[in-house]
Amino acid sequence: MKKIEAIIKPFKLDEVKEALTKLGIQGMSVSEVKGFGRQKGHTELYRGAEYVVDFLPKVKIEILIEDEKAAAVTDAIVTAARTGRIGDGKIFVSPVDDAVRIRTGERGESAI
Amino acid sequence: MLESKTIKRTVLSLLMVAVIMLVAAATCAAGDPSGINTGGIADITAAEAGKPTLEEVAATVGHNKISINIMWTLITGFLVMFMQAGFALVETGFTRAKNAAETMSMNFIVYVIGMTGYWICGYALQMGGVGAVAALGGTPGLDSEFTISLFGKDFGLFGMKGFFLGGDTYDVGVFTLFLFQMVFMDTAATIPTGAMAERWSFKNFCFFAFFMSMFVYPLFANWVWGGGWLSQLGKNFGLGHGHVDFAGSSVVHAVGGIAALAGAMVLGPRLGKYTKDGKSIALPGHDIPMALLGTFILAFGWFGFNPGSTLSGTDLRIGVIAVNTMLASASGCLVAMMYMWLTTGKPDPSMAANGLLAGLVAITAPCAFVTSASAFLIGAIAGWLVCLAVLFIDQKLMIDDPVGAISVHGVNGIWGVLSLGLFADGTYGDGWNGVEGTVKGLFYGDASQFVAQCVGSLVVIVFVYTAFYAFFKVCATVWGIRVDPEVEMEGLDIPEVGSLAYPEFTLVSPHGGFGGSVGGGSAGKAAMALQSMSLRTDEA
Repeated sequence: MKKIEAIIKPFKLDEVKEALTKLGIQGMSVSEVKGFGRQKGHTELYRGAEYVVDFLPKVKIEILIEDEKAAAVTDAIVTAARTGRIGDGKIFVSPVDDAVRIRTGERGESAI
Repeated sequence: MLESKTIKRTVLSLLMVAVIMLVAAATCAAGDPSGINTGGIADITAAEAGKPTLEEVAATVGHNKISINIMWTLITGFLVMFMQAGFALVETGFTRAKNAAETMSMNFIVYVIGMTGYWICGYALQMGGVGAVAALGGTPGLDSEFTISLFGKDFGLFGMKGFFLGGDTYDVGVFTLFLFQMVFMDTAATIPTGAMAERWSFKNFCFFAFFMSMFVYPLFANWVWGGGWLSQLGKNFGLGHGHVDFAGSSVVHAVGGIAALAGAMVLGPRLGKYTKDGKSIALPGHDIPMALLGTFILAFGWFGFNPGSTLSGTDLRIGVIAVNTMLASASGCLVAMMYMWLTTGKPDPSMAANGLLAGLVAITAPCAFVTSASAFLIGAIAGWLVCLAVLFIDQKLMIDDPVGAISVHGVNGIWGVLSLGLFADGTYGDGWNGVEGTVKGLFYGDASQFVAQCVGSLVVIVFVYTAFYAFFKVCATVWGIRVDPEVEMEGLDIPEVGSLAYPEFTLVSPHGGFGGSVGGGSAGKAAMALQSMSLRTDEA
């Protein structure tokens, strides 16, 4: 099993969700996060004083998926979330030891 | 078993009852849906009902005139009371979410403390010697002013009647005047809460509210509106009609703005506001829509503030006053918005709001005395001045004013009374402050009026700044007036008032952190020590 964490621009969430459900993904978790990458935010002016917006709002999607499907899911997210401009985000793929469905107690791939 | 005879009798009886009811209804007095016939000679109080004498008719007319005036003063006073909500929303919107409950609380409680202090002695000191206010029926009881003699002239300093609205000040006109004057005082009292927000101790704020409502505001207001010495500069020294301030550019707004200046200076800037090299860091407000809504509420309330200051619904200058007021608000906002748009590239809504308010503050003194073109110009200059002042005070003087209170109310309060000395056009104000003739400014032939305005401006600056600088300095030395740095970083809501404004939200700073190192002030140094301490702990 693999865990896929995708940090994307918030307005791209619907598109990514559509792309993932088309692939047959059964579920996902979404959280609001703030962050920056290499370009480190931007500067605005508020009442004449500089206002460095260091941390930009992003959305993090977390999905657990079988090893064989990980590549397809990652590609789908990239295609749906890309705008071509800075701040598009990143995807992290990591191995998972176990997963449990709380209601039934199922473990492993049948739990995702 | 019903026989046909019984049926016939029942139907006939029912018919008879119906006819009787219809006839009765037709002969009763008919309603008056158009109102043409409601109110007439029968409503004149007369010894012989329906046949009043000329004296009885005149008495009713006089009573009605005062009634209109009292109603007008009360209703406009209610509008000005609603400005408290406007100030609360502006200040809370322009400051951070972690302090929202405390900021709102200050603006809320200033109303109740202000009213209490004013009832105890503020009103008496301000109006105790104003004499008979004709528009409100003569206000008996306000007939004792403490006066000293200087240069052979009388200098009225404060009133001595009306404490707790007792004795012979228990009068409908006096009470009406109390309500109206109280909400004006409260406007001045709530201004400093904006400049001092986000780091001021709630306890010291409470003491400040008593000090303002009981002593400082009433004294200056007595000198200008209570028959005191500034209003008599014309009678005593030939300076125009004395210091003239129609609705309070100096009495209310400059007093509030200068108190705000003194307080902000003693308090010091918020943590993280200025870097070590003196650069100003933006600490944006958390709810711009709230702040702009508050601005609209203030603009609405100002329709009570300015026109209401005639104290008379039968003085039809109120139409001119209301229009001058709204025009100045528009030009102030337009100029401020254009200034920010052209110099920074964006039409900053917070400065547009400040510009609208600056126009209103500036027109508050001259609104009854100027043409609409002058009103528009006065507002436009106010919009320009407020932008210059905000930037100057923040970036050059390094005085932290989260909402621009000093620039809006202090700077433009002074501009307001000075502009009266320039633009008053002589179409109103005959006999003002006991001086014959209408009120004219420099551009209409009376340079001495401008001098009187300058004197008043100087007095408000020196008196109010000294009084509040001393007050805050003493309080700061003896008890402290600023919250601890830890409290300021966490947010004042829980430590100061025990309630979170937004308990369901995790509040993160827009910068994600501190936003730059701290400079100046003992609180600032403490915060720097705190920051370096926590850094050392992280490294360990």
